[in-house]
Amino acid sequence: MFKKLFTYSGGFSARDPEERNAFSYAKAGKQTMTPNEINNAFLPQCVRDPKRLTLFLGHYGSGKTNIAINYALALKRNGGKVGIADLDIVNPYFRTKDSINELSEAGIRLICSEYANSNVDIPALPQDMYAVTDDKSYHMVLDIGGDDRGALALGRLVPAIIEEDNYSMLMVINRYRPLTRNASDTLEVMREIETACGLRFTGLVNNSNLGAETTPEDILSSAGYAYEISRLTSLPVSLTTVRADLYGEISSRMPEVFPLTLQKKII
Amino acid sequence: MSEKVLMKGNEAIAEAAILAGCRHYFGYPITPQTEIAAYMAKKMPKIGGTFLQAESEIAAINMVYGVSSTGKRVMTSSSSPGISLKSEGLSYLAGADLPALVVNVQRGGPGLGGIQPSQSDYFQATRGSGHGDYHMIVLAPASVQEMAELTVKGFELADKYRMTTMILADGTMGQMMEPVALDIEVKPMPEKPWAVTGTKMSRPHNIINSLFLSPDKLEQMNFERYERYAAIEKNEALYEEYMMEDAEICIAAFGIAARVSKNAINEARKEGIKVGLIRPITLWPFPKAPFENALKTVKEFISVELSMGQMIEDVRLSIDCRVPVTLCNRVGGMIPSPEQVLDAIRNAAKNGGNR
Repeated sequence: MFKKLFTYSGGFSARDPEERNAFSYAKAGKQTMTPNEINNAFLPQCVRDPKRLTLFLGHYGSGKTNIAINYALALKRNGGKVGIADLDIVNPYFRTKDSINELSEAGIRLICSEYANSNVDIPALPQDMYAVTDDKSYHMVLDIGGDDRGALALGRLVPAIIEEDNYSMLMVINRYRPLTRNASDTLEVMREIETACGLRFTGLVNNSNLGAETTPEDILSSAGYAYEISRLTSLPVSLTTVRADLYGEISSRMPEVFPLTLQKKII
Repeated sequence: MSEKVLMKGNEAIAEAAILAGCRHYFGYPITPQTEIAAYMAKKMPKIGGTFLQAESEIAAINMVYGVSSTGKRVMTSSSSPGISLKSEGLSYLAGADLPALVVNVQRGGPGLGGIQPSQSDYFQATRGSGHGDYHMIVLAPASVQEMAELTVKGFELADKYRMTTMILADGTMGQMMEPVALDIEVKPMPEKPWAVTGTKMSRPHNIINSLFLSPDKLEQMNFERYERYAAIEKNEALYEEYMMEDAEICIAAFGIAARVSKNAINEARKEGIKVGLIRPITLWPFPKAPFENALKTVKEFISVELSMGQMIEDVRLSIDCRVPVTLCNRVGGMIPSPEQVLDAIRNAAKNGGNR
C-alpha cells in the first residue's frame, strides 16, 4: 500500500561515522551557523540524497512555501540543477515568487504562473509546468497549494510522476494550527489531499511552530504528535523543520532537523 | 492561559465567531477574506451549524437578515467590492434594528481594484455604507489576537444595541499569521423579546420590517435610533495610546498602519523627537476624547492611512482643526514603510506646528 514506506531511514541508526562526527560538531558548535556550515556539517537524509521530485503538500498555512524554498536552496548548495515549481492555485497572497531574487541569485529555476503576485486573482497554473516531469535533468521541488483544493492542481502531473517513480511526497504538519491540532484531524486532511491528487504521501515534515513566539519546548513537545501520525500512517518523519536560530538547540535533541530562514513577502 | 495556536487573521475571526455562539454563516468567496468562509465550511457542519455559500453577496446579506430576525447570532464576511454589494442589505438591517456581524477585509479600490491590502473603505464603513440615516459600530483590529477578541465583542455590541457591527480589517490582517490565545470570555447572549420565534399563542406577533407607512412614525424611529447612537458615542469608544504622555507630534492610525507607525515612532524617539500614537479601535464611534486631550502638548497630527485620506477628516473634526493635520499614505494595495512614516515625523518636527 505504501510503496515508498522504507525509502527513508528516519532515525540515527543508518548514519555512518563521518556523519556522527558532523553531528557532534553541530551539537558542540555555535548556536548560529550559516546555511552553508549547516549543509556541510549535518543534513537530513532527504536533503543529502533527494529523489528527483520532492513534493510538499499539507494543510493550508502549514508552511509549505517557506519549506519548499529553503529545501530548494539546500539542494542547490549540494550542486546540480535545481528548480522549484509553484503550483499553488489556492492562495494568491504568499507565493514562491516572493523569493524570486534569492532563488535567481542561487541559480534555481522558478516555474510559476506569470500572474503570481499580480492583481489577477485567478487559480492559474504556470504555462511551463510540464517541465517538472519532462526535463529530468533537474532536481525539482514542488510547492502545492493547501488542503485537498490545492492538491487538485497536481492531478495532471501524477501519471508522469508515477511512471518516473523517483519522487517523495511530504505532508507538512503543524500541531499549533487549529484544524490540525491532533493526529486524527491531521489524518483527515492527509486523506483528503491524497484523494484529490491521486498520489500517496511518502513522509512527514514536522513544522510545528508558533511563528515568532516559537520556543524550543514548543518544537520538542510536538514530537509525540508527529510520532503518533507516523505510527498511524507508517510514514517516517523525514524532516523536522525549525527556525534557523533554534537549529543549534533542536538538532542535538531531535533527528532529521532542517533549519528554515523565513521568506518575506514582497510588497 | 490556554495554549496558543498559530492562526491567520481570517481564521481567528471565524473561530472567535463560533466561540461567541454564532452558528450561521452566509458568504461568497473573495480574496483576501476567503479563509473565513473556508474555515466555516470545515467547522460548521461538525458543530451543528450552518455554512452556506450563497449565490451572491446580496443573497448572503439577506440570509443574515432572515436569521437575525429569529434572534440567532449570525454573520457574513467579504472584501471591499462585496461589501458594496451588501450595502443595500446593511441599510435594511439598520432599518429593522437587527443585530449582525459583518466583516470587511479590505482590498485596494475603487472598482474591482486589486487583492492587496487597503483601508479605503473607511468612509463607507463609518458613514453607514447604504442609504438612509444610520450607523454601524466599526471595529478596527491591529493583530490576529484582536481579530479574535473584537469579533466576540462585535457580537456582544450588536446584540446590546440591535445594530450591525462591522469588523474593518485589511488584507494584511486577514492573511498574516500570529499566535492566538482563544480563552476569550463570552458574555451570555441577552434576551431578544423582539425576535420572530413563534407566538405560541401567548403574545402578539413580532414584526421585523424596515417599511413604515406613515412618515411621522418613520421619523420617530429615526429619532429613537439616534438616541441609541448618542449613547454608543458616549460609552463605547475604544482606543490605544502609545507614548502620548509628552508627545508634541501625534500619529493617528488604525490596523496595519498603526503597527507600521509604532516602528517609526520607536526610531523617531531614538532621535529625540517627542512623538506618540493614538490608535482608534472603534472607528465609529470615533474616539474624540484622546484627540482633544492630546491638544495640551501636540502641535501637529499625522494621519497614516492606506487611503487617499479618509480618517483624517475625523481627526480634524475631533480637534476642530485647531492644529495642522497632515496625511502620510500609500494606496492601491501598497503599505507605507516605517521609513516613509519616519520622514513624515521628521518633517513635522522641523515645522514645529507651523504650516
